[in-house]
Amino acid sequence: MDLTAPLLTGYGIWAPLVWLVACVAAVIVVYLLWKTGESSYKKGTELERPYLSGNVEPEKGAVHIRASNLYWGFLQALKGYYDVLVPVHTGVLTDYMIWFVAVTALLLVIVGVLS
Amino acid sequence: MTFADFIVTNAPGLLVAIPLFAAFTCPAIGRISAAARNLWVMGAMLVTAAIAFILAFRVFSSGTVIYVFGAAATHLAVPLDSGGIPIRIIFTVDAMSAFMEIICAIVGISVLLYSMSSESRNSSLEGYYALYLLMITGVFGMVSTGDLFNFFVFLEILSLASAGLIAYRIDGGLAVEAALKYFILSTLGAILVLFAIGIYYGQYNALNIAMIAQRMQFSMLDKIALVLLVAALAMKCGAVPLHFWTPDAYSMAPSSVTAFLVVASQASLYGLFRVVFTMYNVTMNCVTVGWIIIILGVLSMVVGVTMAIPQKDIKRLMAYHAVSQTGYMLLGVGVGLAVLGNAALTSAFGFMAMEGGIFHIFNHAMYKGLLFLTAGAIVYRIGTRDLNKMGGLGHTMKYTMIFFIIGALAIAGIPPLNGFASKLMIYESVYLFNPILAIIAMVVSILTLASFVKVFHSVFMGPQLPEYADVKEAPLPMLIGMGILAAIVILFGLFPQPVVDMLVAPAAHALADQGGYIAAVLGGA
Amino acid sequence: MLWNLPFITVVVLTFIGIVTVLLKKNLIKILLGINILESAVNLFLVSLGYREGGVAPIFTLAPSQLMVLPTPQALTLTSIVIGVATSALVLSFAMVLYKKYGTVDIDKIRRLQG
Repeated sequence: MDLTAPLLTGYGIWAPLVWLVACVAAVIVVYLLWKTGESSYKKGTELERPYLSGNVEPEKGAVHIRASNLYWGFLQALKGYYDVLVPVHTGVLTDYMIWFVAVTALLLVIVGVLS
Repeated sequence: MTFADFIVTNAPGLLVAIPLFAAFTCPAIGRISAAARNLWVMGAMLVTAAIAFILAFRVFSSGTVIYVFGAAATHLAVPLDSGGIPIRIIFTVDAMSAFMEIICAIVGISVLLYSMSSESRNSSLEGYYALYLLMITGVFGMVSTGDLFNFFVFLEILSLASAGLIAYRIDGGLAVEAALKYFILSTLGAILVLFAIGIYYGQYNALNIAMIAQRMQFSMLDKIALVLLVAALAMKCGAVPLHFWTPDAYSMAPSSVTAFLVVASQASLYGLFRVVFTMYNVTMNCVTVGWIIIILGVLSMVVGVTMAIPQKDIKRLMAYHAVSQTGYMLLGVGVGLAVLGNAALTSAFGFMAMEGGIFHIFNHAMYKGLLFLTAGAIVYRIGTRDLNKMGGLGHTMKYTMIFFIIGALAIAGIPPLNGFASKLMIYESVYLFNPILAIIAMVVSILTLASFVKVFHSVFMGPQLPEYADVKEAPLPMLIGMGILAAIVILFGLFPQPVVDMLVAPAAHALADQGGYIAAVLGGA
Repeated sequence: MLWNLPFITVVVLTFIGIVTVLLKKNLIKILLGINILESAVNLFLVSLGYREGGVAPIFTLAPSQLMVLPTPQALTLTSIVIGVATSALVLSFAMVLYKKYGTVDIDKIRRLQG
């Protein structure tokens, strides 16, 4: 049992260890570049605070973008799709059971006719 | 015989007997002290897992193991005076069953370790641990049995125990509502399964899966029974459009239970594959049923991930992703089913698709369990599940953040983690079947990554919020439980081919090999 | 035609059960619909084992050797027990939901949606 064998997918090969070696090499290069930077700063002075072009920094809770506001553009673009899909998940148990029985009936018709 | 011989010979029976016995004695031992109860439950789980590994090792090295309850010796399936009919309840553990048992054992241990600290603040824990051990019994029974009615009984044990555990925290009525929806839908499905079993019994006078497979003629009644079983089992594993219970149940259950509910859903998926591949195989129209499973898979993938993106509850979002990933498994194995009648296509990409789907079952149990456990750790420390209220937790919960990153990269299919390995197998073989399906699968992967970037940013990134200034790291047992799953996610990603060779390929071949299954039970008849 | 009466009853009971489960709004009535469905399945299983002119499958002092099949009777017993457990669990859920929500109307038990 060869532990380092690449994954055969019938169409090609995926060799994660080779990929990992390449990533480690890239990380080493990045680290060497990073080490050539400035390594000292004075704690507790203006150097540590975020710079917002001179504007006042808002309080921490207001700076963080919340989950509902991320992907607003995506949700707006697919508004027609979501306006149909989200109301289908009504939360009413009998609706869920109607879906179950309807899909079973549909599958009965399909399998009965097509095989 | 020696003690070791006893264990090895009776392993399939002990696999169900030990958790069952431990579950029913758990409340009595709980009266002594909480530590005694924890020790008892952990001991029972470790012993069961050890027996599962011994049994899996035996199956993978020497073939299908059958275990007959109540016979003079455990391999005597067909009594001499019965006319060739296996009349007793038989556990048929082939490579696919052993595969599912390994998954259940690993996730069971991690989740139990995690529960030791995540549930320590709650009361009436004897009920929790007893029901948890009953869930373990249910899953092990479902994946090992070779008898249809026995499958139904273990399915009901699993449904009852899961419903009790989902409603465990009551949560102002919300958890009970979720458990109610899950349980009534499960009962409706179980009644349909029982109808199908009655149809099989009436036609073939047999309840043993191998016996029905041998006598299968695919009459009109068999078509009805097939559809009833497929619909009920697809509902139990959360395929769209029968998935409506999944977000409610997964989000309201305690997080450790949710991680194990994933395994329970996959046991139902195993049941679906067992019915379709072993009982019917090529006697039915493989292309129609295969395409039905493929369409269920594609719908699950797309609807699951698009419903996940606008969610505001962290566990509800992850539950929709569980629906989406189930779609991948259905897609892979559905493609394998659709080409089952065609030997050339099966050897070209059919087996690869099935192996991809089956490998994805293992990987999904690992990384989805890990993600639900990290969500549980966050909820344990903060007390809310609302993503809009969280932020900046990466400053203090560093290990949880690392485990979350591993889980999120795995579910999105980013190399070198295990999600990528199984998804690559599914993409490439499904592309050879029908390019559009593979493209849909890849787009769903991208949307999965997008959704988890949203969760990662809103939970861990950002400045440290003043209301969470004193949030500490998750307790050590929870970290160890998550660590076991994360280690497997990384290991299976770095060394996928040995896993496929040793575990997945035998499982896929055992699933497709109806003749071998029948011969193992009926002795070559 | 008369010999098919059990199976016709099964179909009628199944239809009544499914209609009750799908269309009724009270949780207790939905549970009764599930019980009707369980009775339908149990009747189906038992009537599968019937052999015309058969006696109870007990060997001691049996009046004749033609017996009805005992296996579906065992299956039905198991199914009845599972039905009892199901009803008990759903009723306890209904009790807790009534205490917390104040209603057992399934249209109002929908705080988890979307």
